[in-house]
Amino acid sequence: MLRQLSLFLENRPGQLRAPCEALARAGVDILTMSLADTDQFGLLRLVVRDAERGRRALEEAGMVVNVADVVPIEVDDRPGGLAAVLAALDEGQIGVEYMYPFAAGPRAGKAAIVFRFDDPPRALAAVQARGLRVLDESELVAKKL
Amino acid sequence: MSPGRVAWNDPPGGFHPASAPDYLPLPRLRELQLQRLQGVVARAHERVPLFRRRMEERGLDPGALRALPDLGRLPFTVKSDLRDTYPFGLFASPMEEIVRLHASSGTTGKPIVVAYTKADLEVWTEVMVRTFAACGLHRGDIVQNAYGYGLFTGGLGAHYGAEALGATVIPTSGGNTERQLMVLQDFGATALCCTPSYFLHLVERARELQVDLSRLRVGVFGAEPWSEAMRQRIQEESGIRAYDIYGLSEIIGPGVGAECAAQDGLHLFEDHFYPEIIDPVTGEVLPEGAEGELVLTTLSKQAMPMIRYRTRDVTALVSEPCRCGRTLRRIRRIGRRSDDMFIIRGVNVFPSQVETALLEVKGTLPHYQIVLTRAKGLDEMEVKVEVTPELFSDKIRELEGLHRRLEAAIDHVLGIRAKVTLVEPRSLARSEGKAKRVTDLRSV
Repeated sequence: MLRQLSLFLENRPGQLRAPCEALARAGVDILTMSLADTDQFGLLRLVVRDAERGRRALEEAGMVVNVADVVPIEVDDRPGGLAAVLAALDEGQIGVEYMYPFAAGPRAGKAAIVFRFDDPPRALAAVQARGLRVLDESELVAKKL
Repeated sequence: MSPGRVAWNDPPGGFHPASAPDYLPLPRLRELQLQRLQGVVARAHERVPLFRRRMEERGLDPGALRALPDLGRLPFTVKSDLRDTYPFGLFASPMEEIVRLHASSGTTGKPIVVAYTKADLEVWTEVMVRTFAACGLHRGDIVQNAYGYGLFTGGLGAHYGAEALGATVIPTSGGNTERQLMVLQDFGATALCCTPSYFLHLVERARELQVDLSRLRVGVFGAEPWSEAMRQRIQEESGIRAYDIYGLSEIIGPGVGAECAAQDGLHLFEDHFYPEIIDPVTGEVLPEGAEGELVLTTLSKQAMPMIRYRTRDVTALVSEPCRCGRTLRRIRRIGRRSDDMFIIRGVNVFPSQVETALLEVKGTLPHYQIVLTRAKGLDEMEVKVEVTPELFSDKIRELEGLHRRLEAAIDHVLGIRAKVTLVEPRSLARSEGKAKRVTDLRSV
């Protein structure tokens, strides 16, 4: 079992920054995360390297943290790998509330996170203007092969 | 009244002699009220410049008061009159006759100061004896008084009343929950005076600390509005009988009204405090039974008579006879204040109704704020609700379900569609005094 921290966020620009900065200040490494959104609010779920320290850092920054147990399941990295795991869960009549992957990037020491933006062209321009590298599909695909 | 019943602590049915006025035949009570009213208006006119000026401005003199309804011609007194004349401007007795001063907390600036002569204190004690007797207390009861002692009228008001009743008083005053519980258990208190919300807190702690409260029989709860649902919860969780009492410093303190065993409205001690119900907007006196703002006139106060004081509490007068036999009229439980009311799409709404809806959904009251806006000529109401640890879930569908249930509950309780917005914990502004619940952004 893994301990997952989740935070309630209002659905407006800038809300993700505070928790990530709080974790950064405490030196807590984010292993993976997922952001679920509705038109009303967002829900940030985090798996960090030291959940207890992460929770304290977030709470000290004034956030209310929900702690839940999540289950990391190994999946064969080939076509049908995930389907096989889901078939096993289904046969055991276990429903999936939500899921999100751990991600590895194409270059050593780099992770890849996929973002979804409201206005992709504007976001792309802004990101590139700040010298950030945007991966293209072929790189990620190449890495996987 | 059953004549010949002398000992007030006789088996059920008897009452303390101080409670006799509770049972006065109505013609006698009305006569007494008129007589006292004439006296108090004359005293206020003669001794308090503010009252005299206001009456003269309207061409009124105390002699024009021939019948009780004539009171409706006199001007109202409001809380700001007490602030504007701070500290002693409304006193009708010289300081050498004043034996006690109390004051409000003054959350919105200067406090208001109230004064008592020796006779006023005797009246106060008498109405508190009648309050406790109505709640079924008598000699032999051990009353733990956890209302705050000091400038606040609650503590000392209840203290002297319970003592005069012949009960044993434990003056614990407010706060220090664990000590309160130790005393409750070890001294075997049979009755407790405090706010209803503090009592719930005590019950919760008592359970955690395994404190035995089985000897506690009666709760005398006041100083904040509470609902019938809360009474049910208190009575079920603790096994006691919970009674609502009413009062305000401007009039005397606690002891203006109290529930009896029927738990069906609060009897006003009408021989000392004369009630009217008015339309809070027009100031017009409403017919009996209508809901409106309670206006009180003191009938016997010497040091600080109050003429037509607007309490801002919203209630209705009940004149149907009560099962307990008291002839005193009752007021319905007070859950709202007229100064909190706002009107949206022509409907009168009180924050307390929003609270009721929020409580309905989760059982605990989250921090919330009501924002009123107008878009394209239509009023919109938004209720911002903080996601507290109890409300928070890491599952979207639970949060969405909560959101839907909150909207449905508001619609159900108010009959109005409101937009509910879940906001981050601790993101709504806190105020040091009473919470400011409504932000009205509509331009008139």
